[in-house]
Amino acid sequence: MEKMSRVTTALGSSAISGRTMFCHLDAPANAISVCRDATQVVVAGRNIFKIYTLEEEQFVEKLNLRVGRKPSLNFSCADVMWHQMEENLLATAATNGAVVTWNLGKPSRNKQDQLFTEHKRTVNKVCFHPTEVYMLLSGSQDGFMKCFDLRKKESVSTFSGQSESVRDVQFSMKDYFTFAASFENGNVQLWDIRRPDRYERMFTAHTGPVFCCDWHPDDRGWLATGGRDKMVKVWDMTTNRAKEIYCVQTIASVARVKWRPERKFHLATCSMMVDHNIYVWDVRRPFIPFATFEEHKDVTTGIVWRHQHDPHFLLSGSKDSTLYQHMFKDATRPVDKANPEGLCFGLFGDLAFAAKESLISSDANRKPYPGGDRRYPIFFFKKPDPTEQFAHVSSALSVFETDLDSNRMDWFVKTAQLYLLCGKPFAELCDHNAKVAQELKRPQVSTTWTMLRIMFSDPANLTTPGLNHNLSKLGTLPLMNSFNMKEMSSGMGTESRLERSKGESRQDNIHLEPGNSHASNNNEENEETEGSEGQAEYMFCDAELDDDDLYSMENDNQAEEQEYTLPQEAFQLRHEIIDNPSAPEHLQQDKADSPHVSGNEAEVTCLTPIESFSLISISQPLFSPHLPASFFCPIVREMLTYYAEQGDVQMAVSVLIVLGDRIRKEIDDLTQEHWYMSYIDLLQRFELWNVSNEVIKLSTCSAITCLNQASTTLHINCSNCKRPMSNKGWICDRCHQCASVCAVCHHVVKGLFVWCQGCSHGGHLEHIMNWLKSSAHCPAGCGHLCEYT
Amino acid sequence: MRHAVAPAENVENNYFAVTDQLKICTHCERLSKKDLGVRIPRPLGNGPSRFIPEKEILQISKVDARTQSIFEDAFAALGRLDNISLVMGFHPQYLGSFLRTQHYLLQMDGPLSLHYRHYIGIMAAARHQCSYLVNLHVNDFLQVGGDPKWLNGLDEAPQKLQQLGELNKILAHRPWLLTKEHIECLLKAEEHSWSLAELIHAVVLLTHYHSLASFTFGCGITPEIHCDGGHTFRPPSLSQYCVCDIANGNGHANHHDDPLGNQEMCGEVEVLMERMKQLQECRDDEEASQEEMATRFEREKTESMLVATAEDEECVPSRDISRHFEDPSYGYKDFSRRGEHVPTFRVQDYSWEDHGFSLVNRLYPDVGQMLDEKFQMAYNLTYNTMATHKDVDTSMLRRAIWNYIHCMFGIRYDDYDYGEINQLLDRSFKIYIKTMVCSPEKTTKRMYESFWRQFQHSEKVHVNLLLMEARMQAELLYALRAITRYMT
Repeated sequence: MEKMSRVTTALGSSAISGRTMFCHLDAPANAISVCRDATQVVVAGRNIFKIYTLEEEQFVEKLNLRVGRKPSLNFSCADVMWHQMEENLLATAATNGAVVTWNLGKPSRNKQDQLFTEHKRTVNKVCFHPTEVYMLLSGSQDGFMKCFDLRKKESVSTFSGQSESVRDVQFSMKDYFTFAASFENGNVQLWDIRRPDRYERMFTAHTGPVFCCDWHPDDRGWLATGGRDKMVKVWDMTTNRAKEIYCVQTIASVARVKWRPERKFHLATCSMMVDHNIYVWDVRRPFIPFATFEEHKDVTTGIVWRHQHDPHFLLSGSKDSTLYQHMFKDATRPVDKANPEGLCFGLFGDLAFAAKESLISSDANRKPYPGGDRRYPIFFFKKPDPTEQFAHVSSALSVFETDLDSNRMDWFVKTAQLYLLCGKPFAELCDHNAKVAQELKRPQVSTTWTMLRIMFSDPANLTTPGLNHNLSKLGTLPLMNSFNMKEMSSGMGTESRLERSKGESRQDNIHLEPGNSHASNNNEENEETEGSEGQAEYMFCDAELDDDDLYSMENDNQAEEQEYTLPQEAFQLRHEIIDNPSAPEHLQQDKADSPHVSGNEAEVTCLTPIESFSLISISQPLFSPHLPASFFCPIVREMLTYYAEQGDVQMAVSVLIVLGDRIRKEIDDLTQEHWYMSYIDLLQRFELWNVSNEVIKLSTCSAITCLNQASTTLHINCSNCKRPMSNKGWICDRCHQCASVCAVCHHVVKGLFVWCQGCSHGGHLEHIMNWLKSSAHCPAGCGHLCEYT
Repeated sequence: MRHAVAPAENVENNYFAVTDQLKICTHCERLSKKDLGVRIPRPLGNGPSRFIPEKEILQISKVDARTQSIFEDAFAALGRLDNISLVMGFHPQYLGSFLRTQHYLLQMDGPLSLHYRHYIGIMAAARHQCSYLVNLHVNDFLQVGGDPKWLNGLDEAPQKLQQLGELNKILAHRPWLLTKEHIECLLKAEEHSWSLAELIHAVVLLTHYHSLASFTFGCGITPEIHCDGGHTFRPPSLSQYCVCDIANGNGHANHHDDPLGNQEMCGEVEVLMERMKQLQECRDDEEASQEEMATRFEREKTESMLVATAEDEECVPSRDISRHFEDPSYGYKDFSRRGEHVPTFRVQDYSWEDHGFSLVNRLYPDVGQMLDEKFQMAYNLTYNTMATHKDVDTSMLRRAIWNYIHCMFGIRYDDYDYGEINQLLDRSFKIYIKTMVCSPEKTTKRMYESFWRQFQHSEKVHVNLLLMEARMQAELLYALRAITRYMT
């Protein structure tokens, strides 16, 4: 209450008004200070020492204190302060170590009052006591602080900071006896003015020099410090140990810091180097300035709020020789230009997303999913502090972790193991592989296999497996329900299979969650429609809407239907966001090949099992069975190149092998060899030796097949005489006995032979395994405790 | 074996050196027996420095465990222990900081590629005809895959580096002439232009090697054995000692100390201390007027110009080195003598702590911090001793030296009374400082010996460190101010 009344009186006597304005000084300013009634400002620098009155529209030079023919270094000011009680009294800190006071009431031209030359080095700062008229404090490069009584000729007390230079001294606003001093070594000390022998407390505030400090005008415990380490820190001094309560990271070393009047959390800063702007920060929002003043062309050296109870006027002096009055309403608000949302992918596919909390919380009703296991992502929330007008102080950060499985390349291993590359008719190989891909949730690959089968099979036997393959093709589309339907109608879908597919769909859901949760804030009701829209988009036709209905009618389990709504949406988004490459590919194919498009449509339209036969018969003419297989070769080649470029060299090689001569001539040997080598390398990294060997065997490149021929010799010793076996047979030519005899069955082992490295007895793998189940000793009876790992 | 006749106590005293040499000797004898025709190089110099007896230097590393470990680290990092480090080993605290900075500048993350860094080092050292540093870095340059063609001269180097020649020249000899136009010209040269970060890196490297060249000459560092001029293939002549013996003994240097000079100068240290005491006490008594202070600075500045740098026998730079820079005649020129008016640089307006540091750290992170540590280390280093006296506050003397060097570059501290310099630094010392800072290649052993005769070698090395760092900071300040001006 008391404060409020003071404000009104202070403002009432001379209501402050004005606009953003500036005036040119003759020289760079080092510091400025304002008199108590906010009508005049003093500017001090190496070559300037002037007083300006602040008028409505402009600055008017009132007095030049720099008089005399050859001004001495005493005029070269590092700092200046206008007394807040006595309006005729000023003090300056000179670079040569002098502390000078000035009395404006003097009748003569030279207003110099007192001169203290006690400091040995540059004085960095002077500070009047806020309530005591005659008390002046100075801090110097020589590491001393001195307190002067202006009625005396010399200092009354000297405070030693022990070694390091003093950069700033500030009397506490509230505690009569306390002052704070900041040092070049990063420390801040608190002193009692009555006790010059020892500081009350000391703490390290910054790394490197602390250039400035400022007590909070209202909150007695708060001290703001700014340092060369580019930080502004707010300390709570009420506790036993000074506690850092806020920290603002700026972009350059902080030269000055000043609390904004009447705003508890605001402070203004300017920097020592490089950056010329003045920032006003809300300390609770340390990453973006609340307001910025960008008028100065060189570093700002002095900032001061014009009136100690008016937050709207800021004065600043700068090295560019200008003095500015900034109106708060004219300030730039960086928040307005800042990105309200942030989105970033991590190295391993994790996704971080930050947005205003209001945005996120609007769909908060979606969050509490029962069980929580559906919601794989982790949410971090910073709670908003809704007390002040600086809105949106907080935003929510969501981090979505990628499904680990998708990173792990499990699909690669499984695919490599399950694919069939030879040993069956071409069509069956394709079907098998399509199914493998399908089960691994790789619809595009699966579709590709199916298409290959159609392209290169003899059209005559298309009809017989028609239903089956159409459905399997259908299954490749990202529709969980159609997938299930295929399983049922083809008669192989068992319950367990269904369960698995559900589980997988959940995984997918998890993986794709990012798109789901924020890109669309739709509520549950329209999820279904959106999902189906997505399908429509993807499939280039609208047939599946019926299908959807059909399915839900046929499906006896309504709960399952609901289970699948989410995946649908997820899929839709996946094809928008993640699986982008698939779209161009389709387009590319479409453009290149019109028969293919028609084929595709035909396939899709036969979604409903009842109609499928008739539809196929319609589509057949379109499909043009008379087209020779070689017609497709260019497309297939392109397709393979595409896969290889996508990094899926597995697909390229597998197709290459399965198609064999159908495609081989289309692709130049070097490329083929390159693919083979890459794939084999990959397989060996995953220790899939068998598959790798099979691929090598099946390849037709001479460079690849010869890989199998190298280092195929295995040197062994005879198990009897322990000497190297030289000839190729089974009989050792030294002891003329059968070497490598199975210790269990006493037959010569041909094929897999396992032996103990301790006693070199061994035999058929199976026999030895069986033997070891019952006994730990060597089957040969040598008494050795064999170990087979 | 020739060593058998060496006096026994000598062997004991120089255990370190002898064993070292012994190996070579037995080795070379064995080789000569077999007559493999391999030429064995022998070191030419007597230890790491021409000025300081080897045994003193080596003793240090034996006594001090810390020095030993720093040496080990340096050896591990570089695969060699150069003579500079050995001499700096007198001051292990500083050496640690120095090596860390140098390692960071040359090896660690930075805007410039490795071979550029070494080439810039070569350019800078060549400016002072410092063959020691040039040779060292020619090797390094080739090792990191630099193009040998560049070594034929600056003309063969890329345009980009050629442009740096001008900056190098000004910075080395008349840094106060550096303007923002020079910077602009480097930064806006289309395809050959430098980025700000690269420029800062280059500037730090240039100043580092200019000042290191000062140190090298100031301490009379001898060439490394593997470099040109560091070894000879001439077999040891039989009439003389083995080369190894000469290296061990360091005998010559000691003999030159004439006892007369010692007596004459014996009061030197005491006089200096007395003056420091006086200055400390009567400081407040007579307060010089501001004008007087200003004139004192000017006087010191002009006077520093007039200190003749050396008996000016014009040493023509060997062609080998001079090809790395253009315009060999351009040297340190005193500003007042030539009538150029150079405005005094006021530290209060642009200081390393406030401004320079921020700029460097912004554009070349971490280096600011390291340089800051190094400067502080050099400035604050003290053992509170002067010659044989203990517990002496040497801060006044150190400040006088530091400020005198800055004064030579026109940098003024408002809060310093330049009258002090005259009191504390005598003429021979001033000559040494001046020579070392401005034209280090002219430093002679006589100069080194003629100042501060009673002080120990370690203290003279300490002075050299001060000179080196002060010079580096002065050059940096001018360069950084120019860059700051360009940026605003």
